[in-house]
Amino acid sequence: MKKPLRVDERSLRADVNPVRLLTFKIDDRDVSARADETILTVARQNGIKIPTLCHMEGLSEHGACRLCIVEVKGMSRLMPSCVTLPRQDMEVLTKSDRVLDYRRKILELIFSERNHVCSVCVTNGHCDLQALAVEMGMTHVRYDYIYPTHPIDATHPRFSVDHNRCVLCLRCVRVCDEIEGAHTWDVMNRGISSKVITDLNQPWGSSETCTGCGKCVQVCPTGALSEKGKSVAEMVKRRQFLPYLQMMRHRE
Amino acid sequence: MDEQMQSAMKSTEDRRWRLVNRTMRLHGHEPHALIETLHAVQEHFGFLDLDALKYVSQALRVPLSRTYGVATFYHHFTLKPPGEHTCVVCKGTACYIGGASGILDDFEKTVGIGPGQTTPDGKISLVTARCLGSCGLAPAVVFDGEVCGRMTSEAVLERIRRWTDHDPDD
Amino acid sequence: MTLTIEDLQNIAKIERDRQEGTTYQINVCVAAGCLSCQSGLVKEAFDTEISRRGLENWCLVKGVGCLGLCAAGPLIQVQPQGTYYQGVTVNDVSEILDSLGGSPVARLECSQHQAFFQCQQKIVLENCGKIDPERIEDYIAEDGYLGLFTALRQMTPGEVIEQVTKSGLRGRGGAGFPTGLKWTAVSKAVNNTKFIVCNADEGDPGAFMDRSVLESDPHRVIEGMAIAGYAVGASHGFIYVRAEYPLAVKRVHTAIAQAERLGVLGNNIFNTRFEFNIEVRLGAGAFVCGEETALIASIEGRHGRPRPRPPFPAEFGLWGFPTLINNVETFANIAPIIRRGGEWFAGIGTEKSKGTKVFALAGRVNNTGLIEVPMGTRLRDIVFEIGGGIPGDKRFKAVQTGGPSGGCIPEEHLDMPVDYESLAAVGSIMGSGGMIIMDETSCMVDVAQFFMEFCMSESCGKCVPCRVGTTQIYHLLHKISGGQGKPSDIETLGELCDLLKNTSLCGLGQTAPNPVISTLKYFKDEYKAHIRDKNCPAGACRMQAPEEAL
Repeated sequence: MKKPLRVDERSLRADVNPVRLLTFKIDDRDVSARADETILTVARQNGIKIPTLCHMEGLSEHGACRLCIVEVKGMSRLMPSCVTLPRQDMEVLTKSDRVLDYRRKILELIFSERNHVCSVCVTNGHCDLQALAVEMGMTHVRYDYIYPTHPIDATHPRFSVDHNRCVLCLRCVRVCDEIEGAHTWDVMNRGISSKVITDLNQPWGSSETCTGCGKCVQVCPTGALSEKGKSVAEMVKRRQFLPYLQMMRHRE
Repeated sequence: MDEQMQSAMKSTEDRRWRLVNRTMRLHGHEPHALIETLHAVQEHFGFLDLDALKYVSQALRVPLSRTYGVATFYHHFTLKPPGEHTCVVCKGTACYIGGASGILDDFEKTVGIGPGQTTPDGKISLVTARCLGSCGLAPAVVFDGEVCGRMTSEAVLERIRRWTDHDPDD
Repeated sequence: MTLTIEDLQNIAKIERDRQEGTTYQINVCVAAGCLSCQSGLVKEAFDTEISRRGLENWCLVKGVGCLGLCAAGPLIQVQPQGTYYQGVTVNDVSEILDSLGGSPVARLECSQHQAFFQCQQKIVLENCGKIDPERIEDYIAEDGYLGLFTALRQMTPGEVIEQVTKSGLRGRGGAGFPTGLKWTAVSKAVNNTKFIVCNADEGDPGAFMDRSVLESDPHRVIEGMAIAGYAVGASHGFIYVRAEYPLAVKRVHTAIAQAERLGVLGNNIFNTRFEFNIEVRLGAGAFVCGEETALIASIEGRHGRPRPRPPFPAEFGLWGFPTLINNVETFANIAPIIRRGGEWFAGIGTEKSKGTKVFALAGRVNNTGLIEVPMGTRLRDIVFEIGGGIPGDKRFKAVQTGGPSGGCIPEEHLDMPVDYESLAAVGSIMGSGGMIIMDETSCMVDVAQFFMEFCMSESCGKCVPCRVGTTQIYHLLHKISGGQGKPSDIETLGELCDLLKNTSLCGLGQTAPNPVISTLKYFKDEYKAHIRDKNCPAGACRMQAPEEAL
């Protein structure tokens, strides 16, 4: 027998109707969103491409690379789409000249910071940063290269870290803390001298907390973290485990 | 395990460790006591060594890498033992306008060490500060905790000479 | 046993009697500025000399907070005449004591009628230089904790917020966000646990207002925080102080202990159900911790790296709980507002900037020190009247406000009123109140480079524009000041500044370019002289000789 439809009338109050779903515009297209979804999420659901670097599906948002910035009508400052929530009737532009110009400059700043020499890099051809440069049509860097001197740490039996390629997206720090639960990685110093470290800034191979799971290597966007003994062609990062682990942990 | 034992020993025998432990106890050994505890360690030992960082990490259940990260993020903390005497030159705006960089240059020329360095004999450390708040007396220099205002290169070097010449050990 | 209003009045009466019992009172400044000119020894000398002469019942010696004119330290004031003596040494003590009752010692006198003392209006600093910061009784004798009593016993939390809103008080930490609005937001947040945080991480180089307030009148800040706690529904507060201010830290600790002992902090304050406790947390040398979210991270024991806002601390603050963060000076304004009403406060200042502002005058100016003037005072009056002008016949060049986030204001704008909007209009900010005066010997490219070096080393390193952008700007300025700049560098500088302003994560990165933008705007010729003629007009930069440059 069909159940009769029951409505608790006391819960119906038009004056306190919370807005949980909303509609807004991305690049002049009407889109709908749940109020807790970021602009980036909604854009990707609708097939609108926004470049990202520190963002990684399955990890907490860091909001630091600023490549996913978008223009919101009525606001002078550009907003990072990975951490900005939409509002009803907001108008978002992801490809305005201003946005593209700023993104280009930020990408060039990243390239100028450390020694990103693709031709001798182990991830040449599989690198997120390289792909971004191609996608944005970056042909040269207008800023002076800083050319810092950074060491390579190959003390770990299976992996190595080359700080010359690091972009400080902190995906390794987050995956190690949030997914593996070891918190082997963190950042030392600040500003331009920031550097990712294992334990007490000791050689990776001597780390007491590292489980050797290699998740950090897989999520690293560049050649900063790589597997030993793999050729350039083989050094493809596998990231399928992240959504899988997320699903397995939250099933109930 | 050995190290843990050692740390535990240290904690009871040395009065300084007892004071550090007290700080941690007052904060219920919560991870958020990390910075307060590092202050306590530095106050009693003069600097943060790796053993101390390890001990504090374990006691507060903070990951090692975070402890190291916090200790290096904040410029107040130092991981190197300081010299016998410390000279802090204020590099706040007022002191800069008042000629602090000249003092630093002359210091480096005469004593041979730059900011953040200690003389090879471990006698003198030179540190710069981001404004001591004594801007009315710019340029300000602190000699072993004593703030002196309206300093000149000559006056600073005179104080340094007194440190190097009149030490009873020499 | 809880404190009642009668107890409070009683304490005040005993204290007043004690002070009025002596014919003379000598106030010796024992704030950090004068202490570094040995004022501590001067006070001791007075104490010894008075007990040697057996004059204890005739003359009272008191260590007080900042008397303002730090340039003339050690400074003392003799009451009831109000005579100031400057540059007092131990050897002058007998002479000053001898002069009591007769004519003052002309040799040391520092005229109390000069503009420095006459043109000020004191609210925040009303007790500075008047009370002994280490005695709660002295504060109570000046109507201390009466504001808290009034709030707790005669007003609802809503009424307290209404008075603060009515007063038009705006955050004194720099951005000038309306305080009433912030308090309303936190009071509306639904949570049983809320926190009050007092931001005393005065990191701007060249600013020492917060330090002076905490050193000279710590109870005022505690009272303001307790009133805020009552208004928004918080029972726990933190004072986040720089470790570089040991004296301020010590006095705040003393003040909290005294307040707890007396019962103005703790449970059932003034026989109400309100409880409030305050803890001190030490900063550790990071300018970025002045930013709200970084400050929260630091109190939580983590790196001081800001996170994107929203959510704002009012919703999601310390450990995720709603948190009210205000600056020292903001809290210091609260008790007088409650005691005298929001309308009284709103009657001072300009239309949009109410009340007074404390400034720390420093740099190339005669009267360096701490001043408090009504909002809207002309900048020229501050520099030339109160500040006493530029020493040594030099020409005024610029005044820098707002520290590394502010800008340099040239002579052509000296006649503008000092308020939030006017300062923003000329490309600077109010900031926390540092005011550095520069004369013709200061090179503006060098100044810009100094601030950029500061921002570069204080950048937390989280977001790319600030981490790499400040470094790139610094390198460009370094090249220019060294005589190796290219004409195109000026354009690149401008572009980078624009990028930082619009894409950085937090306030530090967004405002870091201000010193460069403002000097590029007002002193472009100096940049050009460095690049084109390889010459520093002020003679401050060391140009590398051409062959060295190769």
